[in-house]
Amino acid sequence: MNKKTAHELNNLLVNKKISSVELTKAVLDRIDKTEGKVQAYVTVTREDALKQAKAADSRISELPDTRIPLLTGIPIAIKDNMCTKGVLTTCSSKILANYIPPYNATVVEKIKAAGAVIVGKANMDEFAMGSSTENSGLHPTYNPWDLERVPGGSSGGSAAAVAANECILATGSDTGGSIRQPASFCGVVGFKPTYGRVSRYGLIAFASSLDQIGPLTKDVTDTAILMNVLVGYDPKDSTSVNQPVPDYQKALIDNVKNLKIGYIKELLGQGIDQEVKASIEQAMKKLEELGAKLIEVSMPSFEHAVATYYLIAPAEASSNLARYDGVKFGHRSKEAKDLLTMYYNTRREGFGAEVKRRIMLGTYALSAGYYDAYYLKALKVRTLIKQDFDRAFMKYDVLLSPTAPSIAFKFGEKTADPLAMYISDIATIPINLAGLPAISLPCGFSKKAPIGLQIIGRAFDEETVLRAAFTYEQNTDWHKQIPEL
Amino acid sequence: MSYETVIGLETHAQLATESKMFCGCPTKFGAKPNTNICPVCTGQPGVLPVTNKKAIELAIKTAIALNCKIEPQSVFARKNYFYPDLPKGYQVSQYELPLATNGHLEIEVGGNIRKIGIIRVHLEEDAGKSIHQGAGRILGSASSLIDYNRTGTPLIEIVSEPDIRSPKEAAVFMQALANLLQYIGVCDAKMEEGSLRCDANLSVRERGSSEFGVRTELKNMNSFKAVEKALLFEEKRHTEVLADGGKISQETRFFDDTTNTTHGMRGKEEAHDYRYFPEPDLVPVAPDKKWVEAIRSALGELPEERKNRFIANHRLSSNDAFLLISQRATADFFEECVILLNKPKIIANWILGDLQAYLNARNLTIKQANFSPVQLVELIQLIDKGTISGKIAKTVLIKVLETGNSVKDVIAESGMTQMSDEGTLVKIVQSVLAANPKQVEQYKAGKTTIIAFLVGQVMKETKGRANPGLANKILKQELDT
Amino acid sequence: MAITKKDVEHVAKLARLGLSEEEIELFTRQLSAILDFAGSLQKLDTKNILPTSHAIPMKNVLREDKVVTCQNTEDILANAPAEEDHMFRVPRIIE
Ligand SMILES: [Mg+2]
Ligand SMILES: [Zn+2]
Repeated sequence: MNKKTAHELNNLLVNKKISSVELTKAVLDRIDKTEGKVQAYVTVTREDALKQAKAADSRISELPDTRIPLLTGIPIAIKDNMCTKGVLTTCSSKILANYIPPYNATVVEKIKAAGAVIVGKANMDEFAMGSSTENSGLHPTYNPWDLERVPGGSSGGSAAAVAANECILATGSDTGGSIRQPASFCGVVGFKPTYGRVSRYGLIAFASSLDQIGPLTKDVTDTAILMNVLVGYDPKDSTSVNQPVPDYQKALIDNVKNLKIGYIKELLGQGIDQEVKASIEQAMKKLEELGAKLIEVSMPSFEHAVATYYLIAPAEASSNLARYDGVKFGHRSKEAKDLLTMYYNTRREGFGAEVKRRIMLGTYALSAGYYDAYYLKALKVRTLIKQDFDRAFMKYDVLLSPTAPSIAFKFGEKTADPLAMYISDIATIPINLAGLPAISLPCGFSKKAPIGLQIIGRAFDEETVLRAAFTYEQNTDWHKQIPEL
Repeated sequence: MSYETVIGLETHAQLATESKMFCGCPTKFGAKPNTNICPVCTGQPGVLPVTNKKAIELAIKTAIALNCKIEPQSVFARKNYFYPDLPKGYQVSQYELPLATNGHLEIEVGGNIRKIGIIRVHLEEDAGKSIHQGAGRILGSASSLIDYNRTGTPLIEIVSEPDIRSPKEAAVFMQALANLLQYIGVCDAKMEEGSLRCDANLSVRERGSSEFGVRTELKNMNSFKAVEKALLFEEKRHTEVLADGGKISQETRFFDDTTNTTHGMRGKEEAHDYRYFPEPDLVPVAPDKKWVEAIRSALGELPEERKNRFIANHRLSSNDAFLLISQRATADFFEECVILLNKPKIIANWILGDLQAYLNARNLTIKQANFSPVQLVELIQLIDKGTISGKIAKTVLIKVLETGNSVKDVIAESGMTQMSDEGTLVKIVQSVLAANPKQVEQYKAGKTTIIAFLVGQVMKETKGRANPGLANKILKQELDT
Repeated sequence: MAITKKDVEHVAKLARLGLSEEEIELFTRQLSAILDFAGSLQKLDTKNILPTSHAIPMKNVLREDKVVTCQNTEDILANAPAEEDHMFRVPRIIE
């Protein structure tokens, strides 16, 4: 039953065909069975999960069917950069290996209030910096479709856990593609909402102006259901938007007639794997058959998006990560005879190579004499990228591209050259720079590894994105494929 | 060679809010260490700041009172540096786009009124407190303990133009600023308690030069007097070094109030590179006209406006008016008196003269003194009626202030009523004349001015109680007949 | 723009990052490559372009001045690597 989606399981739970305790046990059993291969989790909260499941079961028996929240009793994995009060939250970093948050992230509060059962904390690239989960400071996660391949990142643990049926759904965070790219690599659905839709309070910051939390699920319906739980204004987050929130399940309409879809020329040309390109073109054909209008659109500024991102994100990160200094929480070096030595050694021992690299890059981009040439320049190019999107959305309802230029790569394939790894984020990064909503959903396979289709929407128009994705999904069956493990 | 001193001041004032700048923790003083803290102000992973509206309003209030331009949009930035009392590794402050710019504050120094420019007023958060163990100072201590209770307390930073020309002026500026901040209810402005802090920049140049000399930055002055003393020391040091043909090196120096000297930090000072950038977790503050106007009108009459009204309506000198408005309570006291008795000039003289001298000597404010406008007016009216002399009134004032008794009681107890009974005075006059035959002779010989001496003798005999006008009149009568 | 070993050492100091000799060498090479790549932005004309700090523009997000007492101060202290007298202890500060 752990192979089912949340909406299928909700039916079984409400009709008392199964109990949440049974379901949670099934998920925990699956974890026991496959976690040795996948390593999707940093922490499995076994006892706590069973307690929550019991509470969910009594809630189901007490409440009238219509008043039971849809996620009641459904096992969920939380990316380990979202604070869980009293439960280890490491951000997959040695520097936070012992950190027990004194508070819950707003999304964790919401998930708990919705009755979902938290089964554990999912592995990730350390501080969400990476595209393969190879940068986890604790251990790598393996792609359930092919254990020689990476699951993507940084939400690699979340995506792998969903794909391996080690949970029903999961949360991820997306700064430059960290939900969508692992969703694409693991053959699941991943959605990054508009910046400001979901509260970032309690999300351990990587790059504050780009970070956004979103769902990783087995299908688009579950994405809409989890979106309904996650979104909403939070007075604790000054950048969360105080706007009415629609019911995303109502956006699940199997109809794209006359929907104007712009496919991004720059993301279907050079540097894109041929099989990926072929799958995307298949998907475009499918959407056209279903009544959508597909038109090519050029986004000239995309050429500069990676460079822009790799100045802005590390700059913000260099400041966000200053608090890991051995004073208040987390790791403190034993070699700390004075304050400066403590700083140097704590941060040397606690951070992994990629985190150090980005702290260095960001510190440099902000430092005296370089600010204007690098950081400020990047903020201006960010405006140009936003303008490209504004122009495109005057004509098209949604935009389309592959989520990643390739299928999941093999371990070690890109670790030697950070720049090559960065460039592979080309299709997802521009969306974060512009703060827009975008989804990745399965649209094919190459070498038995999944391929992801990305659909991008206007700011706050998650509904059209969901509608297009839902229509495509309802008329294909890629999302029903399950990896053999 | 003659030198000129150039001083600029950077003042930090704690805003009178209930809660901190970006979280709900109380700003109250004196709590047990690390009890007024929360995830936000201790920089726990994942927390986010939300700006305190009252802090913005108090800053706008200050900016209005300092005649500043409120900027249409101001932006919080991160000032990045490592220190254990700074839990996030950056201080949220305003940098490129401050809340307000381009104002001024008037001060009175040696009878002259000087306008000191204000470059900017901006908001920021305070750091925590470090307690250094094993020694009195940072250097040499075995370890330090950090208390985050104060972390995140809202501050305004007020940066003056380098318009100040002497240590005395600097101290007066600080006092005037403190008075103003208290006056408008923005800050209790106590340097000794740290709610008002100041760093000073001082440089010295040849008189007449338009270029600035190399400046040093002074820290750790915990009173108005300390500001003056630190600057005096530094002014002397600069002047001597320059006169010797030496060079001042740009550095930060600490004031030691036990020796009244300043010391540079030992060792090479790392060049600061704060890597400011816009705080992505906060959005711009853009006060619209309506909001600013609402704050302005709630602010009521500003000290400067009040000063101008005192000059126009009560015909006070600009100096007297300035001194009266320096403290809100003093100005209020004055106005209450004028309502009771329309003699503003005389009232102002009493307040700024004997009353203020008494208060200053005892380091009291007018509110702390046991004295009301009704009492002062009563005193003035008794002089007018001739019940007491002006001179006695001064003694009465002190007695009233000291004892807290009523004016009437003080006068009655000490029998200080003026002697205006002619019969009694005639007898005293006659005995004075009998005792001073020489002076009587001189008078009769035409030296009529000698009468002043004789009046004095009468006053002496009556212990000052004789009505001097009447004494004069009777003396003339007796001498001329 | 090439960055030197000295630049890397300076930046590491600003960031309070202890780096090994090998890391300094490695980062000098890698940061140079990345910054070279980022140098492509210089070609773009951004003379009249305003910077975007927030993708979704907002202003005046403020809260009322109300005290909210934190119930978890002990949990905060419990994470302290070293605690003494209800304070966070750090080793001696030498500049
Ligand atoms: Mg400051
Ligand atoms: Zn707090």
